[in-house]
Amino acid sequence: MSISVKMNINGKAVSGDVEPRTLLVHFIREHQKLTGTHVACDTSQCGACTVHLNGKATKSCTMLAVQANGADVTTIEGVAKADGTLHPMQLAFQDNHGLQCGFCTPGMVMMAIDIGNRHANPDADTVRHELDGNICRCTGYHNIVKAVMAGAKAMNASK
Amino acid sequence: MYNFEYHNPSSLDDALAKLKASDDGMLISGGMTLLPTMKQRLAAPSDLIDLSGIDGLAGVALNGETLTIGAMTRHADVAISPDVLKAIPALAYLAGHIGDPQVRNRGTIGGSVANADPAADYPAGVLGLNATVETNVRKIAGDEFFTDLFETALEENEIITAVHFAVPDKAGYAKFENPASGYAMVGVMVAKFGSEVRVAVTGAGPNAFRIADMEAALAKDFSPNAIANIAVSADGLNSDMHASAEYRAHLVTVMAGRAVSAAA
Repeated sequence: MSISVKMNINGKAVSGDVEPRTLLVHFIREHQKLTGTHVACDTSQCGACTVHLNGKATKSCTMLAVQANGADVTTIEGVAKADGTLHPMQLAFQDNHGLQCGFCTPGMVMMAIDIGNRHANPDADTVRHELDGNICRCTGYHNIVKAVMAGAKAMNASK
Repeated sequence: MYNFEYHNPSSLDDALAKLKASDDGMLISGGMTLLPTMKQRLAAPSDLIDLSGIDGLAGVALNGETLTIGAMTRHADVAISPDVLKAIPALAYLAGHIGDPQVRNRGTIGGSVANADPAADYPAGVLGLNATVETNVRKIAGDEFFTDLFETALEENEIITAVHFAVPDKAGYAKFENPASGYAMVGVMVAKFGSEVRVAVTGAGPNAFRIADMEAALAKDFSPNAIANIAVSADGLNSDMHASAEYRAHLVTVMAGRAVSAAA
């Protein structure tokens, strides 16, 4: 039996019929073809699937699509401006070389924007605590922490 | 994950009716434990009844000496609630150190307490802060709530609606967490209520428990030194790939001391 779901993804109203067990991440990737949101561990450890659900960072692999019915969802595809201007947090990852292979980056950026929404000028300890739910296997995190600190500052300076 | 029927009731009565009508239904709140368990096919409910659409189950209220947290209140909201920070900062700290930020944005106090994971943080808060668990039918004393590994005093078709915490003079929570999962290898909540002290431990045993010797010692002298030499027996404590029972027993004394130091 399938259920009809409706939600806003990146400001656009979308709908679809899903099985109750369809995960939000699969609705985003396979139904909506927004493949910037990644699946890695599939056990809610790694954070590669992080999206914003009503403005808050959420692991979309550990949520059913039906639970997001009626919600506002933002994915990595929705953070840059329509003209291609990068979000301040994306720019900060670029400027600070906050990535290597890039696989974890969409989830990192989505979590980092949530951090910037709550902390105008976070210190390194705060950022490391806040990144508890995101795993990167390349960088050793140092440049990611720098990027998040710079990005949070830039987000709040441009407000 | 095996498929199931999904229900999104808007009232507690409707949720109960759906639960009773199902073959093997389960309630879902944040789903931070249930969904991973279903993915592994360790749980395969016939029906999921989602509690998120029911009004009035989320929120924090401070009423004199009682802090009430609605069952559907997310950990992230408890961690920054002005009422929690004012009345029981140790509980805000506890909530702010569950899992990771994304998990705290979804996970709820009612779900955590009902699941009664031996390594979850809230059970130490419920026992240590002399809480009462309110359900759709009754109020259950925190001391009687956690009965065994993943076992509680909840009956079938009983739904937690709120947890009422007693506001202490001061309290502290300290945990030694598993670095991968964030779960408590050992977590200790220490709380002082007048001349009475409660020391509650999670992560170490099959379910959260109190330590009478430490409570008596701290009632006389509320300082880390008062309990530094009180050893806990390893008999019956959890032993797994992360830590032996002996190591956990040692950690209980260490973390209890840190909780006393942190008490505010």
